[in-house]
Amino acid sequence: MFAIVGHWLKLLFVRLGILPFLVLIAVLVFALMSENFLTTRNLMNVLRQSVYLTIVSLGQMLALLSGGFDLSVGTILAISSVVGALVMAGLHAAMPESIALAITLGFLAGVLAGTTIGVANAIGVAFFNVSPFMMSLGMASVGFGIALYLTGGVPVYGMPIEFGDIFGFGVWAGIPAPVWFAALLVVLLAVLLYWTPWGRHFYAVGGNVNAARLSGINVKGTLIATYVLCAAFAAIAGMLLTARLDTGEANIGASMPLESIAACVIAGVSLRGGIGRVENVVLGALFIGLIQNGMNLARIESYLQTVVLGSLLILAVVADQIRLRFVASIKD
Amino acid sequence: MNGDHAPLLAASGITKDYPGVRALDGVDFDLLPGEVHVLFGENGAGKSTLISVLSGAARPSAGRIEMNGISVEIHSVHDARALGISAVFQEFSLVPQMSAQENLFLGEERRKGMFLGTAEMRREATRILAELGFLLDAKRPVHRLTRAEQQMVEIAKAFRSELSVLILDEPTASLTDHETEQLFTLIRKLTARGVGIVYITHRMAEIRRIGNRITVLRDGRYVATLPVKDADDDTLVKLMTGRDVGAVFPELALPPPGREILALDRVSTAAGTVAEVSMNVRAGEIVGLAGLVGSGKSEVMQAAYGAIPISAGEVRYRGKPVRKPSPRMAVREGFLYMPPDRKNEGLIMMRSVRENMSLAALNCAPFRRGMFLDLGGERARVGQIARQLNLNPCQPERSVNHFSGGNQQKTMLARSLTKKFDLIVFDEPTVGVDVGTRAAIYRFIVEQARAGSAVVVISSELPEILNLSTRAYVLYRGRIQAEIERSELSEETVLEHYFERGSA
Repeated sequence: MFAIVGHWLKLLFVRLGILPFLVLIAVLVFALMSENFLTTRNLMNVLRQSVYLTIVSLGQMLALLSGGFDLSVGTILAISSVVGALVMAGLHAAMPESIALAITLGFLAGVLAGTTIGVANAIGVAFFNVSPFMMSLGMASVGFGIALYLTGGVPVYGMPIEFGDIFGFGVWAGIPAPVWFAALLVVLLAVLLYWTPWGRHFYAVGGNVNAARLSGINVKGTLIATYVLCAAFAAIAGMLLTARLDTGEANIGASMPLESIAACVIAGVSLRGGIGRVENVVLGALFIGLIQNGMNLARIESYLQTVVLGSLLILAVVADQIRLRFVASIKD
Repeated sequence: MNGDHAPLLAASGITKDYPGVRALDGVDFDLLPGEVHVLFGENGAGKSTLISVLSGAARPSAGRIEMNGISVEIHSVHDARALGISAVFQEFSLVPQMSAQENLFLGEERRKGMFLGTAEMRREATRILAELGFLLDAKRPVHRLTRAEQQMVEIAKAFRSELSVLILDEPTASLTDHETEQLFTLIRKLTARGVGIVYITHRMAEIRRIGNRITVLRDGRYVATLPVKDADDDTLVKLMTGRDVGAVFPELALPPPGREILALDRVSTAAGTVAEVSMNVRAGEIVGLAGLVGSGKSEVMQAAYGAIPISAGEVRYRGKPVRKPSPRMAVREGFLYMPPDRKNEGLIMMRSVRENMSLAALNCAPFRRGMFLDLGGERARVGQIARQLNLNPCQPERSVNHFSGGNQQKTMLARSLTKKFDLIVFDEPTVGVDVGTRAAIYRFIVEQARAGSAVVVISSELPEILNLSTRAYVLYRGRIQAEIERSELSEETVLEHYFERGSA
């Protein structure tokens, strides 16, 4: 009896990875620890809080798919937040009556500024063969320095109130505005990856760059798209988070590189490139949000939360290795 | 052959079960001192599993192994070494950054007290290499050695301790002819010393040259053991596949060629691997490119395809000069090059057969509709091609790394069916592929030409050039030595130009 259940669990593990098991355990544990955990209100909270990580993880997934990664996503959040807020506040002060214009231009300026970091990453990786690790690590330092320099380390105030009201706290059809944004980006990325030739190119370049090149795929173009899109996602997350906080800050996003990579890896995105699915990454990001929310409700100290998160990341990688061994053993 | 000796190694009833599959089913195998015993069979017949068992890399589920008449248990590679059994697999177990000498003693470092006995190891290494007649610098890091020299280091590792059984898994797969000769000389030396050799190869010519006996496996079962002199090609193929495959090479009755598709005019590559090559390929013909490893025969086509940079000369495709060739432009214009190394250059191993097959044709119907992929159309077309090529198992959604070598090769070659290609280049199309699949691939190549495509076959195996080409070029050191028409094509005419002009 136990043997059959064990075998069944093993097959399930091989097929789905570790994530469903982790979610199940987390929900059970937190539901027992706090009665507020399994309420609609709280779960909606989890959803809303996870939006930013979800969006960043989508971009990170592209970088991982292509066989690299992006350590500068945190910096991108920071620089988009700072530049977006500075432009928006400046325009708002200059023309207090055209609020919509200030918000639009500010938002675009922020996204553009963040994406610039991605362009730099793309040029380094695609044209100069710099390893994604070094390139994005270097850009993380460059971007963070610029963000601090622009603000002198102080938060940027003075954005129109409507910006926060709409993009940070707005609720449309009962669902928070940021969730709508994330949903839209999820759908767009899924369509791109699954239903267009370009999506197939990301998997091919990450899976085997030589095979991709000899099959006539534009490898450089794909790599450029990877890092530019990754940065654009992070920058959008940066602007949404800025709306929520009502200030432009250079210090937001410091935990994003680790958390976004963790979300992807827990969701089964291969660190060797070529494997990963959008819907799983969304689950991975939600899972991390769920854990953080649960630990808050259970009054676990924030310092310890970092310990848990790091451990989960390592556990996910170990589980992935064990899974590969199982796959090899039941390969027919 | 030393028939009167007791077997050096005797395995009986070896069975190996993996969950859900029996890789070996009661296989018997024996090895006499001083003989070369060839293991023969299709991909997936159980050859690799058997040598894994013998070398201690895998433990059998049932069966017994005797050495010199005494029953032994082999639980690990270490146990096997202690018994004098060593294996050289296709994947070397060398640390590239370390020197040959350091690699030689990896895991069995000689010590002096608690320190490394460097001087002793150096003496030992020099002695072993000299004894084997290997001329290589033991202090040089392994990544700077040639593939053949790396193999020498791998073989030399087996001689750290007393060696009685040496297992070689397709050792000549990536060696040049000259290097192969060196290996054969070594094998003769070893057998003269009474070492028994288990040898896996798909190449009939090698079996003839160095083999004493052949054991054929099929679907994990023992089929037969016979002396090499009794084993002609037809018998072996029949034993291996269990059926009559018919002629390995198909009939070459092709209509006269059509217009010129590709022309090279004094093309040289930046790396100097190709020098002033002029040649052409016409629709409906199969042009063979022959030459030694390193003769530039692959590089000529890679240059035309845009995979390596050209420094001088002109490439004309369908009559129009191509200013700067690139694989991207080439594929778009209907020119496909399929590389010899399917694992590293051809396939995306962790993705499905479907995605791998359609990779070069995602820009056109039935794979694409407007700006989106047509997943239904893709599934239908790939399924159709998979059935046509007898993909086994016929499950295009499985990832490529779960298929045997022959089926992986089929998956890559299937790309040429995904859209209309005017020029298809097959670079070593049958590397590591068993004879049954090989015959299928040859038929496939000829059908492509019959359908009107211009076809180029690049091969280091002379029979492929002789039997498949309607016209052939022989290359030596990056230059074309000869162009030979079908009527003139023979082993002598090709070999005459294989080596330096005048010296052969």
